[in-house]
Amino acid sequence: MSEENIPKRILIGKVGLDGHHRGAKYVTNILRAAGYEVIYTGIRKSPEQIVASAIQEDVAMIGLSFLSGAHLPLFHQVVDLLKAQDADDIILVGGGVIPPDDLAALKAMGVAEVFTPGVADQNIIEKVAALLKD
Amino acid sequence: MRNTVNDTTTLENPVEIEKQRWEQTTVAKVNQKFPELKAQFTTSSGLPVDRLYVPEGADVATVNNYLTKLGFPGEYPFTRGVQPTMYRGRLWTMRQYAGFGDATEANQRYKYLLAKGATGLSVAFDLPTQIGYDSDATIARGEVGRVGVAISTLSDMERLFDGIPLDKVSTSMTINSTAAILLAMYIAVAEKQGVSPAALTGTIQNDILKEYFARGTYRFPPKPSLRLISDIFAYCVSHVPKWNTISISGYHIREAGSTAAQEIGFTLADAICYIDTALKAGLKVDEFAPQLAFFFACHTDVLEEVAKFRAARRLYARIMKERFGAQDPKSMMLRFHTQTGGVTLTAQQPDNNVVRVALQTFAAICGGTQSLHTNSKDEALALPTEESVRLALRTQQIVAYESGLINTIDPLAGSYYLEDLTDRLEAEAENLIKTIDEMGGMVAAIEKGYPQSEIEKAAYAYGRSIATGERVIVGVNQFTETEETRFQIFSVPEEVERRQLESLTATKAARDASQVAAALAALEKAAQGTDNLMPFILDAVRLNVSIGEICHTLETVFGEYSENSI
Repeated sequence: MSEENIPKRILIGKVGLDGHHRGAKYVTNILRAAGYEVIYTGIRKSPEQIVASAIQEDVAMIGLSFLSGAHLPLFHQVVDLLKAQDADDIILVGGGVIPPDDLAALKAMGVAEVFTPGVADQNIIEKVAALLKD
Repeated sequence: MRNTVNDTTTLENPVEIEKQRWEQTTVAKVNQKFPELKAQFTTSSGLPVDRLYVPEGADVATVNNYLTKLGFPGEYPFTRGVQPTMYRGRLWTMRQYAGFGDATEANQRYKYLLAKGATGLSVAFDLPTQIGYDSDATIARGEVGRVGVAISTLSDMERLFDGIPLDKVSTSMTINSTAAILLAMYIAVAEKQGVSPAALTGTIQNDILKEYFARGTYRFPPKPSLRLISDIFAYCVSHVPKWNTISISGYHIREAGSTAAQEIGFTLADAICYIDTALKAGLKVDEFAPQLAFFFACHTDVLEEVAKFRAARRLYARIMKERFGAQDPKSMMLRFHTQTGGVTLTAQQPDNNVVRVALQTFAAICGGTQSLHTNSKDEALALPTEESVRLALRTQQIVAYESGLINTIDPLAGSYYLEDLTDRLEAEAENLIKTIDEMGGMVAAIEKGYPQSEIEKAAYAYGRSIATGERVIVGVNQFTETEETRFQIFSVPEEVERRQLESLTATKAARDASQVAAALAALEKAAQGTDNLMPFILDAVRLNVSIGEICHTLETVFGEYSENSI
């Protein structure tokens, strides 16, 4: 992100009805501390709202957090909307309580990285940096 | 009552004299009605165990300190417990929070838990139900039956409790913004079973304030939400008197990242707001306060947790007596449910979680909880499997039947460390309440973002302490393994959403549309005025008017709350 000294913007969001925001806020804070400009959407946003604000805010990455088990259908909707709006260059990452069996399905859908409970802060920061560098 | 060789020395110690009084009055009274489980309690090797241990020293400072700060179980300030004989009279309720899929599937899990020795039910609802959307709403897509059972109409609720006699089981329902509707459905199911609402026992969470800053299932703004809560209080006083009308919850505050002191402080500040609201609505404190219940988390720092429960009891008793002028001791008792800490579970080496849960269970019992949910080892990964839920329940049973912890009340009292921690947590929580009072109460504090930002700061500090290695989490930042053991993971079957939609469509089609419209019109009119809304909601649910329809109608009058994002 040091290139041209313009920090890349990231949108951290909560889609659907899930209110667990601790992880999303924590990741927002550690990415901010790492120098990124991070927009946190608050809870209970629709896939449409997430995609619209990602485009409007011109973010390079969207990170979505799920602890409700609804990650597969809701990620699917976000992916479809990004494609429909020609915004699928935005990198998509996820986090939360995601069963290991679902990781392959998420990656196949186009989710670049999934951070599950216990992941080290440094690991998140490094992976985000690597994804944004490409 | 007590004939031991110590009786002569006893009389020289004012604490012992008081203890005799307690035995002869408070204990004798409850023992007549609910005798202790055994005539004589002993250690595992046969030594007799007394009901309660008190300080031996008879100097003025020790005596005064003991009598004012600790006192006796079942007596003000309730530091040592709310019941006179605690677990010697009755074990805590072993209550496992469960629910997923549709009503038929959840009903099977409840019957399984009851068959394995669970002594109460605890219903988890899916998010659409918790926020007041029907399973067929667009916004509910992908969420139906995920984190709990989907309930849209009375017909779903009837299937949920099919074959479970509601006068024989106590049921806790984790439901907040839509609590009035689910309670109405529960009453309607009881009526159909031929059970009088007066016989129903259980709890609705009904704690909306923490939803705005910690849990997120709000629907309406604070003011009309508080009105619904005091309508429930008033309705239950005259119709469902044994029901716990609210479970004021620190659990989610702690899960969102708070410290132990913040858990007590914010929870009791919420309680103060509910009590003020009910008083303003014209209720008398001793009418409704005995039915207020609490819900806390239990983490792994064992003694801090024990101290937390004791501090919360003492502080609440003082608030009820001094601030609200309660006269009935029942109004001053902080009765609580506990759940072991979800956030303390790790996805790495999940078997380690069994040990964490056992330590947390130990702390909850030493802290005098009235009921307990133990988490399953696999909950950092998914909903628990049947097998891991059974292990979690067995953990409670081992503590109850093998550990000897139930033999004496408040067994850790008198530990210098524990008493000091209890004092400090109480003082810190009281300071937080003072800060919130100065802001104009909890609603104003939430509008200012105060509890939100305090919790976020604490969560950030906690996370950073793990990242830097200052705080060790076994299997996560030390003692890690490269190969993770794969094991069976529970998933909600795919066809649940479709099945629920089909049955909802059929239920809706079978109704008389003009009756539905009339019930909703009556509800809307009542919402615009000041009548108690419970009878209107009850009339509506009896006609299978859905939760989505009721909430939509209320929303047209009350408006919808939405969080200010950062």
